[in-house]
Amino acid sequence: MTLIKVLLFSVLILFSYTFFANILPQVQSDAPEEEPPVAVGEMDQEGQIAWGEKLFTGKGTCALCHNNLGRAPDLLKMDMSTSFPARLADNRYQGVAKAEQGIKAIEAYIRESMVDPSAYVVKGFGKKGSNDTVSPMPKVSGPPISLSETEENALIAFLEDKGGFDISVALPKADDAQAAADEGDDSEEGPAESAEAAIGKFGCAACHNLFESGAEIGPELVAVGKRLSAEDIRQSILDPNQAIAKGFEADNMPGDYSEQMRVSELEMIVEYLKNLESGEAAQ
Amino acid sequence: MEYDAQMTHIQKSKIGQNRLIGFCLVAFTLYLIPDIVAAAEHVTTTAIDGAAGLLPAPKPARADYMTVGGMSSRTIIWGLAQMHLFLAAFVLAVPFFVLCIELTGKLTGDKRYDDMAYEFMKISMAAYSFTALFGGGLAIALFLFYPTLMGYLMKVFRGQTLIYALLFLGESVFLYIYFYSWKALRYGNRKWAHMSIGLILNTVGLTLMFIANAWATFMMSPAGVDQTGAITGTVWAATRNPLWNPLNLHRFLANIAYGGAIVGAYAAYRFLSAKSAEIRAHYDWMGYTSNIIAIIGFLPLPFAGYWLMAEIYAYSQQMGITAMGGILAWLFIIQAVLIGTILLAANYYLWCGLGRSERGQHYTPYVKYIAIVIVGGFLVWVTPHSLILTPQELQQLGGPNHKLLGPLGIMPAKNIAVNLMLVFTFLSFQMFYRSSRVATVSWAKQGQMFVVGLYIVGCINIIGAGVYGYFTPTVYKVGASVPQVVSTLSIIVFTGIVDYFMFKGSKKISVQWGRMSTRSQYALFVLPVAFTWLMALMGYIRSSLRTNWHVYTIMKDNSPEAFIPTIGQAGNVITIVTLSFMGLILFIFWLSQLGTTEQASDEDVNPAGGAT
Repeated sequence: MTLIKVLLFSVLILFSYTFFANILPQVQSDAPEEEPPVAVGEMDQEGQIAWGEKLFTGKGTCALCHNNLGRAPDLLKMDMSTSFPARLADNRYQGVAKAEQGIKAIEAYIRESMVDPSAYVVKGFGKKGSNDTVSPMPKVSGPPISLSETEENALIAFLEDKGGFDISVALPKADDAQAAADEGDDSEEGPAESAEAAIGKFGCAACHNLFESGAEIGPELVAVGKRLSAEDIRQSILDPNQAIAKGFEADNMPGDYSEQMRVSELEMIVEYLKNLESGEAAQ
Repeated sequence: MEYDAQMTHIQKSKIGQNRLIGFCLVAFTLYLIPDIVAAAEHVTTTAIDGAAGLLPAPKPARADYMTVGGMSSRTIIWGLAQMHLFLAAFVLAVPFFVLCIELTGKLTGDKRYDDMAYEFMKISMAAYSFTALFGGGLAIALFLFYPTLMGYLMKVFRGQTLIYALLFLGESVFLYIYFYSWKALRYGNRKWAHMSIGLILNTVGLTLMFIANAWATFMMSPAGVDQTGAITGTVWAATRNPLWNPLNLHRFLANIAYGGAIVGAYAAYRFLSAKSAEIRAHYDWMGYTSNIIAIIGFLPLPFAGYWLMAEIYAYSQQMGITAMGGILAWLFIIQAVLIGTILLAANYYLWCGLGRSERGQHYTPYVKYIAIVIVGGFLVWVTPHSLILTPQELQQLGGPNHKLLGPLGIMPAKNIAVNLMLVFTFLSFQMFYRSSRVATVSWAKQGQMFVVGLYIVGCINIIGAGVYGYFTPTVYKVGASVPQVVSTLSIIVFTGIVDYFMFKGSKKISVQWGRMSTRSQYALFVLPVAFTWLMALMGYIRSSLRTNWHVYTIMKDNSPEAFIPTIGQAGNVITIVTLSFMGLILFIFWLSQLGTTEQASDEDVNPAGGAT
């Protein structure tokens, strides 16, 4: 009886915590999605500044600290037209902008602040105990922010505009878009270049007997071309539970290949499997 | 008889020789460990540098993550890891405070301490094999579901993984020796030998935990690698990453509090099911001691947590903001509820304990004031800053923050609340401590004035620094919390020292162990339930700080589950894991009790021997 009472009491407490967790605002934080490519080739100066502002509050995550909470200088409120030249004239500043003049010095200073934040730390904003020699700011060119040079330029344009300076950075060129995509996107592999590579990438042979793998979790595919049409093979990949081969269970094969695969990879695999009529290619 | 005596002598000398050989082996192994690590590092770094140069961390694609039967890989890992951590925290903590209790028993000559320490060990022994079982299951699941990540971590930590396995073996060996030699090495100088074994056991156990912590914190704040993940430093560099020591301290303290809470629940269960006053008295005393252990571990815990969070901010402001000001901010409201529950339960138990002595009644009138502070602090702590409102509610309120209650939602108010709650919890303990003693030293009055004065000055300082923090920018708000922490710790440490000397050799008042209500024992069940849920919640927060990275900024998580689940989803998983753990712990309690149960023989049942 004691045991039951204790159990019921403990379970009641547990459920009250669970209930509380479920009545609070429910937000799921997904991994950041790749932003749609910006049409940099057609961008004018206004567009570049607007893009910079978007990066300031978005991908660049600058606004997380550069705000009125005092974590970092409030770039949106401060008068950059006087403070930036004053910092360049500060004896503590020995960075790359020393070698430049006028607006080019401002550009070099802003860029350096982004890619090497510890080169000069504004008084009172350094890491604790570093006597303002080490900045808590991450390098925007490295992960997790990973801005490309074109994006850095857009941010500089936004800040220069905000400070009332002339815009010194060049407008992006059409081929910068691809370069930016190549630089920034390290989350996914490129598309497989052959059917064999695509089959390897998605691990088909781990469950199906292919390339002499001998796997028996899914139906063997050595001569699948004899049994199924190209349309059936395609359907089996995209929606594996729609038709289950005799002797096999549903839900064994991932159902999200339609999201994982590129069209070119799907078609290469379908064509390859369709041609497996004698089983020779699969050996 | 002579033969027996000879045999005993021979056996004793053999045991002595074996012990000596054992100690030599341990000493030799400990001596060799640095060389093994250095050799392993040398071989591996040479191989890496020579053959492949600096290889970046792998970038797993979606297809590199295995799924089994449509089950959520992450939830399986989550469950196994959490169960392993619960059990590991328990089995690492128990030998630590058991050793302290054993030492107290030796120094005071009170046999009850030794009996209680042995009983604590008995409970943890049953839990040990389950810890290993879940640890093994976790390792297999990690290699199955996250092979690329595990391959990379193995490369980073190289020979250390083998040292870990070796230490696990050492932990088993010393644990068994420590437990089974308890009665053989109980008195005189042998007791010191036994405690030395306990010391080695704790050293091995802590080293195990520190190594595992290095792997977990490397994933949050990688060191010893460049920004592509290529290994550039030694294993030691990766181990000594920025968050390693803060987590070590936090887990060490949390383990003690957690272990104390669990054995407290065991004592409460035995108290409730006791059939005699003597047994009830024994388990009442055991429950009281366990509660004190839990409080001692718990009081400095918020400060260790503060250090951990400060280091997280120092390492990456983004990570810190994600925790305290972003999607995870609401979790700290749940944390407040849990910690509030723990403090209320611990205090309630102490207040009930005042009834054990006549002098305790003297302190009863103060209980209501302490209760007001604790409940008030709890309410401030759970007050959110911004509310989720409908447009109509927003209009009525005049903004997302309530004019009067809004200020209670930010850090300065919460810092005042938490510090006062800790100070007044210590006061409850101090009242109970004094309830069985009357000071006889000549300076008792001055001592009392000093204690009261320190409480008053400390509380004014805590409130003043909090109010100052409210009116200053964020940077100074954080700075204002330092004098608050110093005030709290000063009250605890200095009044504790004064009390110790003031009541040393004092007149003892009889304590009626066992004179506790049934209701008070339920407070001891609240502690482990809330602690378990809290540990799982904090684990969820710590892991979520990496967002969509396996190794922060080095290796992205490209699995289908690279997202932070909602609080509700997390709460459901945490409850299921906690329920599983509770079931297992009840089984362990039952096993411990079973070990002491003896079936009565036919003669005992029917002494006359007559047939019915």
